[in-house]
Amino acid sequence: MSARLSVEALSCLRGGRILFKGLGFTLQPGEALLLTGPNGVGKSSLLRIIAGLLPAFSGHVETSGGIALADEHMALDPRLPLAEALGYWARIDGGDRDTVANGLAAFDLTRLAEVPVRMLSTGQRRRATLARVHAAAAGIWLLDEPGNGLDAASLALLAEAMAAHRAKGGIILAASHQTLDLPGAPSLTLEAAA
Amino acid sequence: MTAFFAILKRDLRLSLGAGGIGLPIAFFLLVATLYPFAVGPDGALLARTGGGVIWVAALLAALLPIDRLIAPDAESGVLDQYAVRGIGEEAVATAKIAAHWLGFGPPLMLAALPAAALLRLDWESLAAVELGLLVGTPGLAALGVMVASLTAGVRRSGALGGLLMLPLAVPLIIFGAGSIGDFGGGALRFLAASSLLLVAIAPFAAGAGIRALRE
Repeated sequence: MSARLSVEALSCLRGGRILFKGLGFTLQPGEALLLTGPNGVGKSSLLRIIAGLLPAFSGHVETSGGIALADEHMALDPRLPLAEALGYWARIDGGDRDTVANGLAAFDLTRLAEVPVRMLSTGQRRRATLARVHAAAAGIWLLDEPGNGLDAASLALLAEAMAAHRAKGGIILAASHQTLDLPGAPSLTLEAAA
Repeated sequence: MTAFFAILKRDLRLSLGAGGIGLPIAFFLLVATLYPFAVGPDGALLARTGGGVIWVAALLAALLPIDRLIAPDAESGVLDQYAVRGIGEEAVATAKIAAHWLGFGPPLMLAALPAAALLRLDWESLAAVELGLLVGTPGLAALGVMVASLTAGVRRSGALGGLLMLPLAVPLIIFGAGSIGDFGGGALRFLAASSLLLVAIAPFAAGAGIRALRE
C-alpha cells in the first residue's frame, strides 16, 4: 500500500474565526502523527478538511492511498447485526466477508457479530467504529479521539491494530487528549490562534 | 456503480422495513375510505370526483416519509462516510430517489386498486389513475428527496417539508387529476413533463442540500 499525506500552509476558518493557519506536515508510508491541543482548537476540523468534508480556507492537502475516518459518528445501521452493518461499508469498499471478520477480530468483536448495533455499549460502539476503519482497507487512517470510552484491554487492541497498519505501510493521523501508544510518532500541538 | 446499487439496496430495504412505507400507504387508504363517508353514498358523485381524491391522498401520503429520507443518514454520519469515499452527492441523491420511488410508487399503485373500488371508479378511470401514478410518482419521489435534503438540518422539519413540497407538487396534482376523463391525453403529457423536470433537477438540488449539511 502506498499511502501518502501532505498538508501545506493549511488554514481553517470556522464561524468567522481562524482556528489555525500555516499548518504543514508530510507523512510517508508507515508514519504516524498525534494531534494534541485544547478543546475547540481545530483538531477535528483538521481531520475533516483532510477527509474532504470541509473546505480549507487556504493551503492544500494531498492524499493518496484512500482515507478511512473514525469520528464521533458510528455510521452503522442501528437495526442491523454488527457484522451486516460493517458488511455494507465493506461491499462499497470492495471488501468481502473476510475483511469484516478481520476487522471484528482486531477489536475483539467477533462474539458480538450477530448483536444489533443499537444494543452495543459505548466502548463497543467505539470499537465498532474502529473495526469499520480497519475493514475499509484504506491507506490513511484519520482517528478522532480513538481512545475515548475504551478500557485498558481495548486500548491495547487499538495500539496493536495501529502498529499492524503502519507495518503494512499505512499512515495514521490521530487527534487525542489521551496518550496513544504510537511508537516513534511525533506529536503536533495545535494552539489557539491569537 | 457498486456504491450506487449498494446505496439503492440499503435505502430500499430501510423503506420497506419497519416504520417505512406501511404508514403512508395506510394513510392513503384511510383518506380514500373517509371521503365516501363525508360526501355520502352518491355513486355518480364519487365516481366523478374520486380520481382527484386519489391524487390528493397520494400527495399527502408522499409527505409522510420525508423526515426519514435524509436526516437519519446525516445524523449518523453515513453521508460523511460516502463523501470520504469520494462518492458524489448527486450520485447519492440519485440512488436515494430511485430507492424511494421503488419503495413508494409501486405500493401506492397497488393501494390505488382498493381505493378505486371504494370511490366507485370505473375501469377506464382506474386505468387512467394507474397510468398517471406510474408517470407522476417518480416526480413525487424526486421532490420528496429534494425537500428532505433541504430541510434535514432543521429541527422539526416535518411541517416545513410539507410547506416546501406542496406548492412544488401543484403541477403534478393538476395534470394528474386532469389525466382522468375526457381530454386526458394532453394532461398526461404535461404530467410526464412535470415529473421528468423534477426527476432531472432533484439530484442536483438534493446534492447541493447534502453538501450544505456538512457546514
